[in-house]
Amino acid sequence: MLHTSRRRWLTGAAAIAIGAVVLTACASQREEGGATDDGGDVDSTFIFGASGDIAGLDPAMANDGETFRVSRQIFEGLVGVEPGTADPAPGLAESWEQSEDGLTYTFQLKEGVTFHDGTDFNAEAVCFNFDRMNNFTGLAATESLSYYWGKLMRGYAETGTSIYGGCEAPSETEAVITLTQPFAGFIPALSLPSFAIQSPAALEEFNADEVGGTAEAPVLSEYAQGHPVGTGPFTFDEWSPGESVTLSAYEDYWGEQGQVQEVIFQVIGDTTARRQALESGSIDGYDLVAPADLGALEDAGFNLVNRDPFNILYLAMNQTVPALADIRVRQAITQAIDREQLVTQVLPEGTEVASQFMPPAVIGWNEDVTTYEYDPEAAKALLAEAGYNESNPLTLQFNYPVNVSRPYMPNPEQIYTNLASQLEAVGIVLTPVGEDWNPTYLDRIQGGADHGIHLLGWTGDYNDPDNFVGTFFATPGNEWGFTNEELTSALTDARGLATAEDQEAAYLEVNEQIAQFIPGVPLAHPVPTLAFAERVTSYPASPVQDEVYNMVELSE
Amino acid sequence: MLRTIGHRLLLLIPTLLGLSILLFLWVRALPGGPAVALLGERATPEAVAEINRQYGFDQPLFVQYFTWLGQLLSGDFGTSLQTRQPVIEEFLRRLPATLELSFLAIILAVGIGIPLGYLAARRHGRASDHILVGASLLGITIPVFFLAFMLKWVFAVQLGWLPSEGRQDPRMDATHYTGFYVLDGLLTGEWDAAWDAFLHLILPAVALASIPLAIIVRITRASVLEVQNSDYVRTGMAKGVSRSTIRSRFILRNAMLPVITTIGLQVGLLISGAVLTETVFAYPGIGSFLARAIFTRDYPVLQGFIIFIAIGYALINLAVDVSYSFIDPRVRVS
Repeated sequence: MLHTSRRRWLTGAAAIAIGAVVLTACASQREEGGATDDGGDVDSTFIFGASGDIAGLDPAMANDGETFRVSRQIFEGLVGVEPGTADPAPGLAESWEQSEDGLTYTFQLKEGVTFHDGTDFNAEAVCFNFDRMNNFTGLAATESLSYYWGKLMRGYAETGTSIYGGCEAPSETEAVITLTQPFAGFIPALSLPSFAIQSPAALEEFNADEVGGTAEAPVLSEYAQGHPVGTGPFTFDEWSPGESVTLSAYEDYWGEQGQVQEVIFQVIGDTTARRQALESGSIDGYDLVAPADLGALEDAGFNLVNRDPFNILYLAMNQTVPALADIRVRQAITQAIDREQLVTQVLPEGTEVASQFMPPAVIGWNEDVTTYEYDPEAAKALLAEAGYNESNPLTLQFNYPVNVSRPYMPNPEQIYTNLASQLEAVGIVLTPVGEDWNPTYLDRIQGGADHGIHLLGWTGDYNDPDNFVGTFFATPGNEWGFTNEELTSALTDARGLATAEDQEAAYLEVNEQIAQFIPGVPLAHPVPTLAFAERVTSYPASPVQDEVYNMVELSE
Repeated sequence: MLRTIGHRLLLLIPTLLGLSILLFLWVRALPGGPAVALLGERATPEAVAEINRQYGFDQPLFVQYFTWLGQLLSGDFGTSLQTRQPVIEEFLRRLPATLELSFLAIILAVGIGIPLGYLAARRHGRASDHILVGASLLGITIPVFFLAFMLKWVFAVQLGWLPSEGRQDPRMDATHYTGFYVLDGLLTGEWDAAWDAFLHLILPAVALASIPLAIIVRITRASVLEVQNSDYVRTGMAKGVSRSTIRSRFILRNAMLPVITTIGLQVGLLISGAVLTETVFAYPGIGSFLARAIFTRDYPVLQGFIIFIAIGYALINLAVDVSYSFIDPRVRVS
């Protein structure tokens, strides 16, 4: 009996072994055969590892990075971005003029452009799109959907607060947009995918404005689920929710078509899983490489591409904490931090030290702004002056997020450790509170007053100072816990300016005002890094992520 | 028997009602809320309040609960806050992926676990028995996510034998009818697609199968050991009943009862393993979606998915109980 069972066991083991060998052989065979699928020298399919699924295919009703990444391939706006910078450049509008009063913009449109459905791009299509967004109602008119229209145009036709005055089409190639109040950031804001021009025919045919279901349970429109039509270099093929989005090159594209014939965005939520997908060759590249992975990826021959930083990482101080309401304490914290050390020790190479709450490329960045040099002795003296010493040390909660990587904050845990040791060196006692990023951490920072000093930041959407300092300080909130009417009114006034020149002067002043008030410590402008397979020889990295894949170059 | 099944199904109602209350409270007790999760860094108090108002999250808890219960009873499971798709559609879209994966995992666990457990029992006290018992202990104790991560690192990243993530190579132009990718490939004759989908299943299925496999080995071993020393086996042998009859009808069939119960329980537990395995392999099934819903505080998805899973779990256990009467004629469901 034993003899028989041993024989059977051996037979079973042999069968498993043979199975494994066959499987392996087949797997490697597939790999060899699958390298080129169109018979040419270059595999023209570009696969990008996306960190999340898209929110929908209608960019007017989206505001997140992953949706915009896909939108930028399908759609174009009137205004684009100068490659490699955050500055506005001609897009579907070849040029534009602003009226004397700053309220009317006349756009000269590009000729011979067609939408993917074959209809013509013209001034009427432009007006159709702007009128459509202004006329959003119900759920379509909320921040969770049309965030940018609501925020930048300050409302909708139905709310009566919109600064959009209307749009006219005197000819096929001329569109005139009128605002009811000056808005200097209007032109740069138009480079956002939310303001892209979509095919009116398709929007109507697939009921793009019908955010279905009930108010409590909105459902994406048919258009946003599977029929996006723009003028960009790629047309939409398929969206497998949670899995991938596939696009293919648009044959009649007006511009340079490029090498890439098919784009696939594959959803891989986990950061480590994205790195492994690149290493195993199943994707061509991914975004937001963790700083800890940079060295290993570079050594293994992957191409690392840096974006010019268009962001700010800061340490905020909550002034509802009595100690932090004292400006001497805030200055002491500022002088206790050696930002150079932080940048060289824990942030990726190429990161710049920040002097104010916006990067240098933004209008109104103040070269001569007041800075507080690293001086631990001065910090101790200031703390002593404020009544804190060894027997009565300053005790603060230090909030930071864990298990997250943001473009401006690639490694919050390490940033926290570095800063904490510097602050402790001047005698501050810290209570660390590390929490999951979203929504736990964000809710603690923004939802109430129970926090002390904390890490946060921002990546600019477009080149407008209001998009940085306005976002942080224009309205008093839980994050900073202060009311500074002088600063609030300066920011509100600056928001109503009509031209970039006027903005420049106003924001130089605002930045100095902020520096004097010390609401927090601007720390750094960290460099976001993308990683690519060796065959990706060129990638159009953009500080505002205006990256369109017809400009990607592949070598094999 | 039909009456008993009906009775058991009726019992499901208070169970699910109790679960719905616990579930509702647990989801609400998670720190932060969907509005902050949706808005991220740019959440202003006004925007958060507006979203909470739109979705009714500003209502008292019991009002929210009864609203939800009312919708549930009318077959409306709500809409995902993240994808803005009906929860039921999201569930059905991902169900085939998870079923396909769980199916292969359970085939592996049962197909390998029972023979190995049987083998260990037959070779009780010898080296191969010790090795199997030790290995199964390792299988139970090793965390699923760690095993998944190691399998992926070795077989996908280092050796490149198997795909590292997803359900199918996105370059593959495959036709999908049923949502079961392997089956779709076989039905449409796209052998390439079926094979590719199968390759994508192997690593996550092995990871997912690890715990049930180890448990099945141990239960089978224990159960066979107990049965083979029983009086009727000895009597059968003394009477000269053939060895194969003793093995298949006396030992295996009698030993299977606790094994079947275990399999039933393990099938239900597969989903918790799937949450981790699917996340590591970026496998777009119910588990990875549920994990994401926890992070984004997608209340309707969490509530809906867990209710569906609970119903599935209850039905599987009912099926296990019913199957007893087929395996062991002494047991009559009553």
